[in-house]
Amino acid sequence: MLILENMNLVLEEERKRIQILDNIDLQFEWGKMYALTGPNGSGKSSVARVIMGIMKPTKGRVILDGEDITSLGITERAEKGIGYAFQHPARFKGLRVVDLLEIAMKLSEKAECQCLRQIGLCPDQYLERELDNSLSGGEIKRIEIATLLAQDPKVRLFDEPEAGIDLWSFEQLVDILGSSHTSDSITIIISHQEKILEMVDEIIVMEGGKITMKGSREDIWPQIQESARCICRQTCSKEGEIYADCPR
Amino acid sequence: MLTALDKKILQEIADLHGDPPGAFNIRKNSQGVERRSMPGVEVAPKKDKPGIDIIVEKNKEGTVHIPVLLTDTGQSDLVYNNIEIGEGANILLVAGCGIHNPGSGTAQHDGVHEIFVRRGARLRYTEKHYGEGEGTGKRVLNPQTVIVVEEGAYAELELVQIRGVDDTVRTTEATIKGDGHLLIYERLLTDTQQTARSDVVVTLEGDGSAARIVSRSVAKGSSNQVFRPRLIAYSKGRGHVECDSIIMDSATIRSIPEIWAENSEAELVHEAAIGKIAGEQMIKLMCLGLTEEEAEESIISGFLK
Ligand SMILES: Nc1ncnc2c1ncn2[C@@H]1O[C@H](COP(=O)(O)OP(=O)(O)OP(=O)(O)O)[C@@H](O)[C@H]1O
Ligand SMILES: [Mg+2]
Repeated sequence: MLILENMNLVLEEERKRIQILDNIDLQFEWGKMYALTGPNGSGKSSVARVIMGIMKPTKGRVILDGEDITSLGITERAEKGIGYAFQHPARFKGLRVVDLLEIAMKLSEKAECQCLRQIGLCPDQYLERELDNSLSGGEIKRIEIATLLAQDPKVRLFDEPEAGIDLWSFEQLVDILGSSHTSDSITIIISHQEKILEMVDEIIVMEGGKITMKGSREDIWPQIQESARCICRQTCSKEGEIYADCPR
Repeated sequence: MLTALDKKILQEIADLHGDPPGAFNIRKNSQGVERRSMPGVEVAPKKDKPGIDIIVEKNKEGTVHIPVLLTDTGQSDLVYNNIEIGEGANILLVAGCGIHNPGSGTAQHDGVHEIFVRRGARLRYTEKHYGEGEGTGKRVLNPQTVIVVEEGAYAELELVQIRGVDDTVRTTEATIKGDGHLLIYERLLTDTQQTARSDVVVTLEGDGSAARIVSRSVAKGSSNQVFRPRLIAYSKGRGHVECDSIIMDSATIRSIPEIWAENSEAELVHEAAIGKIAGEQMIKLMCLGLTEEEAEESIISGFLK
């Protein structure tokens, strides 16, 4: 089990104090798939960064199978089997797709070609490509996902994997996210996509750095649709206007 | 005649295991030690000064290796090589210099190469520099290349200095005639107190001439680098200069590209950038299980490949 316990993340910036994560308590069980959703800026990627060790929480702990890993760095967490496919993948001058996949496979036994094919990229066409600005947004995103598949970590964090992916590849993406998940893995997908939210066991909703809802997909999905409508109306409405059908 | 050390250095600078294929000349501690010509590819020592003449006949294909080894301390070697690639020939020329300085004196090699790539010929030229040695003496390399690329000819210069050279001043002068193409790839890494300076002047003399200079470098420690690529167009030519450097520790880098057009049909572009290794690149590779040092190493070696 992966546990986030009373997690707080506060950034101090020139007399400003920004609370990015506010008392997050979450438990992720082996074999389950989770979706983390919520409006832009609600703190979803920050949760992923804290799990991966990219950001250190101001308060709280990260516990993996009973071991407190809060003080571990990024590399050590990768060695413990945590992996993260970034929302905005880095580009590298000089490194090729095959170089990145080979680095990723140091911790696994996957085949590089297979991982590219699974996400709809032809290995002949992409293995030798440089990971620089010559790759399109959707291509670099798919390579990022292929890299995580190649790394094959136990805890898999996908940050908006659908972003920039075309309609034709989207089905394939949903398939591979599902079929690569096993009873020994925890898959956490940050997403706004209905198709992905429909696939998971549990849904977590964040707003303003807090968890506002969590539970089984069947329970949460109808509530999300409702609250999304309210949030939209609240932001669009003029001050003081209240919508009668909004539960809060 | 070649020792195990010589062979190791040859492997570093010329990727040679055993005797080179094709024509070659091996120069060691200011002496030519082994040489072979091939039909249509003549390698001959100069009579009036140190160095060799390489003459490739029309339409010949082949490879020529001309490595230089310096394994004594206190050596100062100055050599003049003239290279003539005949019309329509297609040649791979592997130069390069490896220094193993065992003592406290300076070991220095200054090579002057004058190259003619005649009409319609193709030349791929690679020059690798490498230094090592247990001594405290400096390892100094000052290569000077003058190249003329004639009508419709193509030349590619790959100039690499990755390890162990203390001081280097590299000068490259190129003239390109009509429809001639030149590509210069420069890769440089300096560390500790090392200094490197590269001056490149490319003149686009004929209509349809084109040149591209791509220079990538990494400066570590308190080393110092200066780049001065200049591209001058007197014709309807196209040129592109690209200098890209990673700076680390307390190193300094100056990058001064210049483009100069004397013809309104010329198209010249320059780009130059100096920056640290991007944090997001480090983080990505660490997420894949590399340590900070390994991530840095992967990024640098990829960048200089
Ligand atoms: N370094 C920083 N300095 C200031 N604010 C930051 C910093 N990093 C993150 N934030 C803020 O923290 C909040 C949460 O960011 P985060 O990236 O976790 O959001 P998100 O839910 O992933 O959003 P999105 O759906 O747009 O990806 C945002 O309001 C963001 O502006
Ligand atoms: Mg995000």
